[in-house]
Amino acid sequence: MKAYFGRRYTLSASHRLHSENLSEIENQAIYGKCNNPYGHGHNYIVEVVMGGQVDPETGMVSDLVELDACVRKEILDRFDHTNLNTHACFQNLVPTTENFNIVIHDLLRTAFMKAELSVVRVEETSNNSFEYPVANSFERSRGAHSRGKGSAA
Amino acid sequence: MILLTRKAEFSASHYYWNDAWSEEENVRKFGKCANRNGHGHNYTLEVTVSGEIDAATGFVVDLKHLKEVLEREVVSVYDHRHLNLEVPEFKAAIPTTENIAIAVWKRLEGKISGASLHRVRVYELPDLFADYYGEL
Repeated sequence: MKAYFGRRYTLSASHRLHSENLSEIENQAIYGKCNNPYGHGHNYIVEVVMGGQVDPETGMVSDLVELDACVRKEILDRFDHTNLNTHACFQNLVPTTENFNIVIHDLLRTAFMKAELSVVRVEETSNNSFEYPVANSFERSRGAHSRGKGSAA
Repeated sequence: MILLTRKAEFSASHYYWNDAWSEEENVRKFGKCANRNGHGHNYTLEVTVSGEIDAATGFVVDLKHLKEVLEREVVSVYDHRHLNLEVPEFKAAIPTTENIAIAVWKRLEGKISGASLHRVRVYELPDLFADYYGEL
């Protein structure tokens, strides 16, 4: 049976939302205080959900120790306590949490091959969170709806 | 179509052990979770159902009914129990978070009047959870 295993990690980083393609006035209008010149920071929560068949021998979708080691190496060691704007991947990409979410997803998708990366969800603050890719959630819900029809007692 | 989620909590003990393996293999694979004296967690269960809103009541499902079903089918069976030793479905399956999510789905499927099960999420710790959507 296919199940999903989710793990949450935290990392703290600073960023400044600013686009070189926009004027100073436009940057301020669009990004507001996130455009302040010296940046600001967040405690990000990165939620990683892996999908796959539950291994009958272990009862697990994915080895927790291996996943933790991979996320530590690829994401936490790279981004924790750094300024996101200084990373190569954000030289031509504004480090919004949408873009950060996609960067994290793409790094993990190629680095962790032992289960299928279903979704990455990033909380920038307790009020803001982002999820990528979205399509997987809809595929799962379609499967559940078709199986659940008429299941009421 | 709308989704509704109800939470419930239970506290239980468990250990991870595969009888087909040697003690050494179990310890290597499962680490401290293989301690045969067991250990425990405060589990949080999130059950999400989907359905249409009833025009007369404004409900997708009667929350009191859903709460009663969760209590009867899951919490009263799992709470303050040793999952390996006292819950029948874990005689044959290791009570990992993934297997608990699947077992909860099987316990609830067909028991919730007026709505369909959408997702069962089980948190073993605030930073570790499993989801099951009824997929094979």
